[in-house]
Amino acid sequence: MQRSTGLLLVSALALSTAACGSGSEPATPTAGGAKAVSITVACQPAKSAPKERQAWDDDVAAFMKAHPGVTVKSTDQQPCFDPKTFGPKLAGGQMETAFVVPVTNYNDVISKGQALDITPYTSEIKNWNDLRPDHRELVTKDGKIYGVPNVHYSVGLVYNRALFTKAGLNPDAPPKTWAEVREAAKKIAGLGAGYVGYGEYSGGNTGGWHFTQAIYGRGGSILSPDNKTAAFNSPEGKAVLQTLHDMRWVDNSMGTKLLVGWESLMVAMGSGKVGMMLGAPDVVTDVVNKFKGNVADYGITGFPEAKASLSGGEAFMINPKATPEEAKAALAWIDFRFNTVGKGRFDFARGKSLGNPVGVPDNAVFGDSPTGQAIQADRVKNASLPVTNYETYVQAAGTIPPKAEPLHAQELYAILDVAMSGVLSRKDASIDQLLADAETKANAVLAAKG
Amino acid sequence: MQILRRNLTAYGFLCAALACFTVFAWYPMVREFILSFQKTDLINEPIWVGLDNFVTAFQDPAFGEAWLNTLEFTFLALVCGYAVPFVVALVLNELRHARAYLRFVVYLPVMLPPIVAVLLFRWFYDPGPGLFNQVLDAFGLPPLAWLDSSSTALISLVIVSTWMNMGSATLIYLAALQNIPPELYEAAELDGAGIWKRIRHVTIPQTRLILLLMLMLQIVATMQVFIEPYMLTGGGPENATVTVAYLMFQNAFTLQDYGSAGALGMMLMIVLLVFAAFQLRLTREDKA
Repeated sequence: MQRSTGLLLVSALALSTAACGSGSEPATPTAGGAKAVSITVACQPAKSAPKERQAWDDDVAAFMKAHPGVTVKSTDQQPCFDPKTFGPKLAGGQMETAFVVPVTNYNDVISKGQALDITPYTSEIKNWNDLRPDHRELVTKDGKIYGVPNVHYSVGLVYNRALFTKAGLNPDAPPKTWAEVREAAKKIAGLGAGYVGYGEYSGGNTGGWHFTQAIYGRGGSILSPDNKTAAFNSPEGKAVLQTLHDMRWVDNSMGTKLLVGWESLMVAMGSGKVGMMLGAPDVVTDVVNKFKGNVADYGITGFPEAKASLSGGEAFMINPKATPEEAKAALAWIDFRFNTVGKGRFDFARGKSLGNPVGVPDNAVFGDSPTGQAIQADRVKNASLPVTNYETYVQAAGTIPPKAEPLHAQELYAILDVAMSGVLSRKDASIDQLLADAETKANAVLAAKG
Repeated sequence: MQILRRNLTAYGFLCAALACFTVFAWYPMVREFILSFQKTDLINEPIWVGLDNFVTAFQDPAFGEAWLNTLEFTFLALVCGYAVPFVVALVLNELRHARAYLRFVVYLPVMLPPIVAVLLFRWFYDPGPGLFNQVLDAFGLPPLAWLDSSSTALISLVIVSTWMNMGSATLIYLAALQNIPPELYEAAELDGAGIWKRIRHVTIPQTRLILLLMLMLQIVATMQVFIEPYMLTGGGPENATVTVAYLMFQNAFTLQDYGSAGALGMMLMIVLLVFAAFQLRLTREDKA
């Protein structure tokens, strides 16, 4: 008898409190007798990363010492933002005071009134004006500011330098074209059973997400300029699927397993048996910190032949139910942990001592501003990796124009998953048919959405 | 009044059960019914939208596939998960030795948390070092793609589901079989009935009610299949394992379209109510 409690269980989990708060000392009232404030903050590292978690807890303690009267409680939900729990958490009063939102969800969250207008409190972020104007613009609506940009990335090619060496390839001369990617992937897959030259997603909306990255790179689009119709049934879209099909079935360089969900490819990458994947620098950080990848093995290069790069990132936003005192305290925390040179996440000396991959160019929200330059200088000074490993990525990222995700991204990704899983699971898949079917479905969704 | 006083303890227990049902079963059902006619983000005031959510759900490109997959899964799960446990129960019932041990072995998978069982099968199905392909290889057979092919993914999920849930059904059938008066078998044997005739004329008629009940319960449960596609395939490849419950979850928690998820839930509930009504009628006829 099938257990019908499954759906109930998962829903209940999604509706329950997302994480365990870390213990913290109760706030002591300020000397001036100001009201004690208690805030909850998202993104505490998981228990599976004890060193990073300890560093976080140390920062919390240091922050509370510097801000008497403020109590900080942390939540360690992984990933920090999960669309599955976001709405229910907010509705159930379980949302943190400071929570993180990916760029794809900015408009949605802001337009639904799910984030506080923080315009009066931006002075809490000391180097607010050093944040890139284009990123600040993304969290601004009708002249009001709703978030603190925290991460920005553009796509590159993440590769395993150790596998390149093992396969007789030069890790200092990574592929620049898709033809070179194919050749390198073949050689890596030729190392033996279990080796995958090039890893790619095909389900759980990640397949469509990576299709979007790839088609942008080739100069194509997902939607027409007016966002009314699908535009991926194009020569660029066909080239994306044809390349993947040929790598999977002609070259046999992509393994035999379909990868569904974000962590599946990360786990594979962390195992040290996958040669290349599309990804931003944060992939390296996650593969090392969360999936036991060897920090010295990974490098990133520019997106091959890219004409545009899917631009992504995240911002911190404040719970709309927060009081002014709570909002100020939460922003002060964000400033302390995420925006101060040499402190919190930018404490590269500490990161190096923890074995983190310091030197990965993983943040562009400050651009070339004084803060950005200071962060980069500090990163280079404390680098635990040869910074030159990432030089090609940095150069390319500066020249490839960013391109935002399409409207109704998740719906379209779900549709494009089918095309991706089609070419990766069927040798006789008709690419024209897959794209035509996806186009029909996407147009129906777009018409329904108006 | 006197009757009420005499049965006060019983009513007390009944109230506790009613409270649980109200909070955890009926209230959510009513909320879902209301939700299916509303547009809501769970934060702002919901807007009544009539049948719009049902139209949205119907227009979903995966709607048809989800229903077909659900029906196919239900059919396959019944073929495997309805008949097999009954046969196993018959065999167990006939055994004279090691019955308790075998009963434990059959029931063991039920004790595993579903997530653990699913993750175990993820390894079994792995196209590389997976157990199933290793076994095929040992017999000189070519490997199968299992979860990674649209032609085998759904049946692979049925196998997982059957393995996970067979134990419960077997024990229920076994309990029913052990309640059949032995005199009936003795009389049948005296009349010269062989094993098949005994099953046909004694076992099946005597367990008819439980067979009907189990058929109903299995249809209701398998039509709500969620964990297997969610954990193993993400609805793929090529939507081959998207089910109605999975689509509901996607709509609610990925797209945050709680209204259309509620509408899908209502559709599923109506279909299941039809089955339930049919079963009740059959049961009543049987009793009559």
